[in-house]
Amino acid sequence: MLSKPFSRSVWAVEMADTMSETIVIRAPIGDSVERSKARRLANGRGRYTDDLCLPRMVYAAFVRSPYAHARIVSIDASAAARAPGAVRVFTGPEIAAIVEPWTGEAAHLPNLRSPPQYPMAVERALWQGEPVALVVATSRALAEDAALLVEVLWEELPAVTDPLAALEPDSPLVHPELGNNLAFSHQVGRGDIGSGFAEADHVCEQTLYFGRHTGVTLEPRGLIADYDPTLDTLTVHHSHQAPFQMQMVFARHLGIPEQNVRVILPDIGGGFGLKLHVYNDEVAVVAASKLLGRPVKYIADRVESLLTDIHARDHRVTAKIAIAADGKITGLSVDDICVIGGYSNTIRLSTGEGMLVLMFSGAPYDIANYQATLKVPFQNKNIIAMYRGVGQPIAVTVTEHMVDLAARAAGIDPVEMRRRNYLTDDQFPTTGPGGVHLEYLSLNTCLDTVVERMHYPALRTEQNTYRASGVYRGIGLATMVEVTAVGPVYYGPAEVGVSTIDGCTVKLEQSGKVRVITSITDQGQGTEVGIAQIVAAGLGVPFADVSVVSGDTAVTPYGGGAYASRGIAIGGEAAYDAARTVRDNALSLAAAILQADPRSLDIEDAQIRDADTGTIRMSLAELSKIGYTRQDTLPLDVQPELSATRSFNPKVPAFVANGIQASHVEVDTDTGFVTLLDHWVVADGGRLINPALVDGQIRGGVVQGLGAALFEHIVYDENGQMQTATLADYMVPMACEMPDIDVVHIETLHKDNKLGTKGAGEAGTIGAASAVLNAVNDALAPLGAEPIASLPITPEIVLQALGKVS
Amino acid sequence: MHDRQEIALTVNGEAVNRTIGVRQHLVDFLRGELGLLGSHLGCEHGVCGACSVRVNGRVVRGCLMLAVQADGADVLTIEGLSETGEIADLQEAFVAGNALQCGFCTPGMLLTSAELLAGGQPLTRAEIREYLSGNYCRCTGYQAIIDAVETVLAQRVGG
Repeated sequence: MLSKPFSRSVWAVEMADTMSETIVIRAPIGDSVERSKARRLANGRGRYTDDLCLPRMVYAAFVRSPYAHARIVSIDASAAARAPGAVRVFTGPEIAAIVEPWTGEAAHLPNLRSPPQYPMAVERALWQGEPVALVVATSRALAEDAALLVEVLWEELPAVTDPLAALEPDSPLVHPELGNNLAFSHQVGRGDIGSGFAEADHVCEQTLYFGRHTGVTLEPRGLIADYDPTLDTLTVHHSHQAPFQMQMVFARHLGIPEQNVRVILPDIGGGFGLKLHVYNDEVAVVAASKLLGRPVKYIADRVESLLTDIHARDHRVTAKIAIAADGKITGLSVDDICVIGGYSNTIRLSTGEGMLVLMFSGAPYDIANYQATLKVPFQNKNIIAMYRGVGQPIAVTVTEHMVDLAARAAGIDPVEMRRRNYLTDDQFPTTGPGGVHLEYLSLNTCLDTVVERMHYPALRTEQNTYRASGVYRGIGLATMVEVTAVGPVYYGPAEVGVSTIDGCTVKLEQSGKVRVITSITDQGQGTEVGIAQIVAAGLGVPFADVSVVSGDTAVTPYGGGAYASRGIAIGGEAAYDAARTVRDNALSLAAAILQADPRSLDIEDAQIRDADTGTIRMSLAELSKIGYTRQDTLPLDVQPELSATRSFNPKVPAFVANGIQASHVEVDTDTGFVTLLDHWVVADGGRLINPALVDGQIRGGVVQGLGAALFEHIVYDENGQMQTATLADYMVPMACEMPDIDVVHIETLHKDNKLGTKGAGEAGTIGAASAVLNAVNDALAPLGAEPIASLPITPEIVLQALGKVS
Repeated sequence: MHDRQEIALTVNGEAVNRTIGVRQHLVDFLRGELGLLGSHLGCEHGVCGACSVRVNGRVVRGCLMLAVQADGADVLTIEGLSETGEIADLQEAFVAGNALQCGFCTPGMLLTSAELLAGGQPLTRAEIREYLSGNYCRCTGYQAIIDAVETVLAQRVGG
């Protein structure tokens, strides 16, 4: 029902000046709204990539290199091609003929070298697991059978597997044409490191070793590529994080017009960064579909996952810290050798692990003299790229280990040591020692909070009591500073095609209900729910009125997807702006209908109301119906616009977040086993949109970091043969090994976006292992053990530190 | 020994007869032949637990059991278990407590949790953690799962 007849003149005038700049924060922002999608998944109704089946679909299996480094002498695929169910066998050259190769280089890093790569090895295989032939058959089982019949004659070559030996002049070369094995080197610093050390009262030096990890999404990588030669169109159903990146890659490297390429994400069984990348085997599958003109499915099995999902970490870092008698840090140096694989990863590069060590070491502290160097050698091992935290767990572990060593040398309690050296509130904004802009870090608030949560003084007293009875417990702290929601300055100058923008469409349906279409993707984080909450609040409708669509490049606005903890901080801003635009448009239409000043109106609970009194004037449902179906009742110059698309592009380099973690452990000095007793996290990720979902991100991230601390380790032998290619060998944390994790949030609003959010997806992983390492060393300190400086902390390493085994 | 063999079994209360490859494992059979896609393959070597299904009343690794071994068996998957309403309270607790993120482990986790809860005994958190340790979750950090099971346990035992 219309309250008043409208007037043309009111409408025409008010349309122009109703843009609202007021930032509205109201429910359901801040509520722990539950995920409706979770109900579907909990009833076995999830639809992941392997659950999809297309007409005439065939299945791929790969023949992979059994050697770390070997020349392909010949491939005989004739028996495989005749095998039951076999459709085609493709070798490297056949796939390479229709795929433009890629490199892992970047325009802004002229000294990063990485030769062109093809989907499958053409002449040489550079790591164990590199694909060399692709068998397509009518079932996965038959494809695997046929793959066993592919005969490859190999000439094994010397494998480069030791980080230091790789840099020696007499080392075998991963890429002979490059002349040596150094893919990249870099250095940063400020002040005068020499005088920083010279004026010190204590100098501590340590070399830390960080094992190689991988992400282990429980759903392995997979895709279905569906090429239609009649229209030159490609649809890929892909277990991935960044569908627009893959649309660009498939278009560019397979020569298909980009508007004909559509990447759709089904339900995704975890991402953690590993599903952010371009994988050789996946591009080969798309090429096979193009050559066959029919859908091809490939799902990695777990051995393939461990061999070929991107790896991460794998650093050896020599660090040196200098302090004055009062505990003030006078200098820090960090020298990182961070190996990569046979190539630098294309698009996302393999430099992030090492670069973030240089940029974030020492970041929480007031350090005038800093020097950091990075050397990145090639290895005949799987490619290193981005996994949750990217280098920052290393930066935190190195920094906080060195701070603890210095505190011990000076006889200062670790909490006090941090208080004396943290950047203080009056120093912000500032630049970290590694050159990172730090707008504000709530360091002391986080430290005070964690000390209170863990009852630090009482815990120290309890620790001493236990020690007296031969029980060795330890307490460790890890201060985190992390880059989230990176802006265009990170990827833009690299010219690798990564979008740091994200977009969102908000659309009123005829019933006044709301459809949201976001370029952000959701691998289980619940980002879609947060987006819906932001839209509900921004528009003024109940949460239940909003549904969200994501993960389809033919449907959603353009955007980067899920990486760098950006979903809410960037995608949420776009959603808010789109919701406010639709609100303004709706109020303009309402004002015309109601003959009111749009500024006197508001939307709340899906009702158009008088802003002053809250009196309902008409429902959003009535408004939408008129806007979409009764335009005949509107003046001729009224053009209702009840959907809007907005994009958000972060203007600053990144939204830097911070926090602290603490670990309480017990070490069995007879067996070397470490028991995780308690774990605390204080995280400052800015405004919380959905606290329960953020808690889930923090705790899940912590447990991946605890895996890094004690269990997870990809081990290659000296010939580049992986020793940990099953889940029985690559150990991920189990429920019985994990502690309950206490999580507290500090909400320092970020000033460079409207909602004040920062990223929260990686903080847990970034600090957890460091806290455990410090706790284990704290436990062992009274036994005169050499400080442990390697992850994972296996029982063997503990017993070595205690001098019980050699 | 033949490559293919006929089996007759009950799946989610329905009689099923199929002639299948003798090398096919149970979850490939359930997924591929019957379209029961709620059981997932995470490792296919019996470690992760994503393939857990109930066979003759006990939770088993569906990837370590051949389909022909299920001849004559009574098999229940997440789809059937959901329809019976037997674990509706557990599913509700998982959703309410954000005890799942990507959801890939969830069907297996629910089956193992249901088996634990069927014992009807009071349990400590450590005992719940121990029982669920054969089911990997890579997303949640487990705590929300333990909370959800504890909640349902209190509802069922505590009344």
